[in-house]
Amino acid sequence: MSANGKKKGRKALFAQGNEAVVEGALIAGCSFYAGYPITPSSEIMESMAQKLPSRPEGVFVQMEDEIGGLGAVIGASLAGRKAMTATSGPGFSLMQEHIGYACMVEAPLVLVNVMRGGPSTGLPTSPAQGDVQQARWGTHGDHPIIVLSASDVQECLEMTVTAFNMAEKYRTPVILLLDEITAHTREKIFVPPVEEFEIVNRTTPTMPPEWYKPYEETVRGVPPMPPLGSGYRFHVTGLSHDINGFPTSRPDEVVALMDRMHRKIDQFLYQVQIVREIECADCEVCVVAYGSVARSAELAVTQARGQGLKAGLLKLGTLFPFPRRALEKILGHSRAVIVPEMNMGQISREVKRVNNGRAQVRTVNRVDGQIITPDEILKAIKKV
Amino acid sequence: MSEFTGNEIIHQYLRHNKKFPHVLCPGCGHGIVLGSLIRSVHSLALPKDDVVLVAGIGCSGRLAVYVDFNTVHTTHGRALTFATGIKMANPKLKVICIMGDGDALSIGGNHLIHAARRNIGITALILNNNIYGMTGGQCSPTTPEGAWSMTSPFGQMEKSFDVVELGAAAGANFVARGTVFHIHNLDRIVTRAIERPGFNLVEIVSPCHTQFGRKNKYKSPVDMYRWIKKNATPLERYNELSEDQRAGKLPLGVFVERDVPGLEERYQALKEKLMEGAR
Ligand SMILES: Cc1ncc(C[n+]2csc(CCOP(=O)(O)OP(=O)(O)O)c2C)c(N)n1
Ligand code: SF4
Repeated sequence: MSANGKKKGRKALFAQGNEAVVEGALIAGCSFYAGYPITPSSEIMESMAQKLPSRPEGVFVQMEDEIGGLGAVIGASLAGRKAMTATSGPGFSLMQEHIGYACMVEAPLVLVNVMRGGPSTGLPTSPAQGDVQQARWGTHGDHPIIVLSASDVQECLEMTVTAFNMAEKYRTPVILLLDEITAHTREKIFVPPVEEFEIVNRTTPTMPPEWYKPYEETVRGVPPMPPLGSGYRFHVTGLSHDINGFPTSRPDEVVALMDRMHRKIDQFLYQVQIVREIECADCEVCVVAYGSVARSAELAVTQARGQGLKAGLLKLGTLFPFPRRALEKILGHSRAVIVPEMNMGQISREVKRVNNGRAQVRTVNRVDGQIITPDEILKAIKKV
Repeated sequence: MSEFTGNEIIHQYLRHNKKFPHVLCPGCGHGIVLGSLIRSVHSLALPKDDVVLVAGIGCSGRLAVYVDFNTVHTTHGRALTFATGIKMANPKLKVICIMGDGDALSIGGNHLIHAARRNIGITALILNNNIYGMTGGQCSPTTPEGAWSMTSPFGQMEKSFDVVELGAAAGANFVARGTVFHIHNLDRIVTRAIERPGFNLVEIVSPCHTQFGRKNKYKSPVDMYRWIKKNATPLERYNELSEDQRAGKLPLGVFVERDVPGLEERYQALKEKLMEGAR
């Protein structure tokens, strides 16, 4: 992550998180958006509808539903575009089959889910973090996935760039989870010039077309990907496929595909697991938080330190693959971990799994569409 | 036309690195459709690299794997959404969709009417066998009233869709119906559908003897083809028949032919206007 906001050449902007996502996407090179509107994510779509048509390559399509939105995004990605869609709870549920398809055919794309209270139509305009496990396990079958989160408007911009970079680098869908507070809060942010960002583009094949094998093993586990229509003709299917892309049910070929799909992300865990450690070096009580809750947690930790309590915050930028190493380091010297979330305990499951009985794990949960305040977290810190 | 005939043309377009045999039952109409598609692409002299064949899920969906175009085998019912993304991302590509009747009209019905309404430049081939073939013969939205299927063991009680009426009402640029029994006619229709702008919808009557025929008084594939032969009526002739005479007849031909530019063309025009303004 870059941008401390002070350098010259940076455009200042008063924006909400949803608009910052669009800024980030355009910086990353996104030129295709398809989707269906839903609160509290609609501003992303509206802003794309406004901006994309007047950009040289930009394409915007409003589809008939979210299933169509993600289908079109996958199609555009196969045709060589950096493409994205955005949605909220119910739309995210509809998209699940296509998330699995994108994993299987290894289509790079970014999907933003501004979570809203659920289940079902739930609380349309209230903050929630109830889709964390759905983002990980919502589609059927075993598959790796990268799930990111952002906690303020500046981060929305930067995380969106990161999401595109990871999608392109690992040929995979990347899900960015936001909550309504982050998405709708207006803040002053700085938009650094494009040159300040590292922008990653997918690797395209260089060999003659007749040598190209679309799902061949490579050093990074990520096969090069040509745009449809560029002379590399091959078959794309959601069925288990061999290295030529043709359907197979031969166990050795199926296992090789699954292994590579997991390995291409697992061997780069250190690159895809983004965390920020705040006052963690000597903490005895560690708060693990993400999204807007992490902002409340940061204030609570500062206040706790002011009162002489050795508190720290592990802020998760990446939710999946779960940043296990970073947590383990802190578990080495913390007697308690507090996990505040706007759900019934979806990341605390991961924390408890890694903790494996070592420290005390406490949760602070809200599912009533209300914000978790610094006070609530401070109280929990004091209690342990 | 070229110096090649029949199989010689087909062989130029099949994937030789794909292991055959194919998955279709002997007597299935779907293979004939693939042949027609290949002859159409060939007669239009389209480079293989420019053709993207997008298929849904079902027996019809499996066709894409055998031909040497850019091929995408998508999810059940959603082929048109992927195709929309591909066409809008790169309007130079000829995007052709192959779908079953269950695929296109049931799970994908919403996408079909909206692709037609949008009039996006895609050729949509709906292979209508009146049944869900791949999953073992359950009824589909085109199963005729009274017909037997695994899920209508007492006879289908619901009215069936007329694909042509549906496509025309939704706004497709070109709507036609052909059958795998009338191959020359089918080749002409499919060729026309591929070369035209906008959304071009072709319903192709392609019998499934295994799942539909066997249980519905057509004991062999030949019986099914006989049924088509007996009832198929060119549209011009059909229009002259009285209401009574039309019962059970299958009108074939071109029902709608409009020349509205495809969405991708209209979108390009908007972009040019906006970018002109920005200069
Ligand atoms: C979401 C989803 N639901 C159901 C299925 C199961 N399924 C596979 S093919 C098919 C129907 C195929 O019938 P049709 O589209 O008419 O094609 P045909 O096999 O007759 O050519 C169904 C229901 C699926 N693959 N995905
Ligand atoms: S089940 Fe029917 S549609 Fe499927 S291959 Fe056999 S005959 Fe064709």
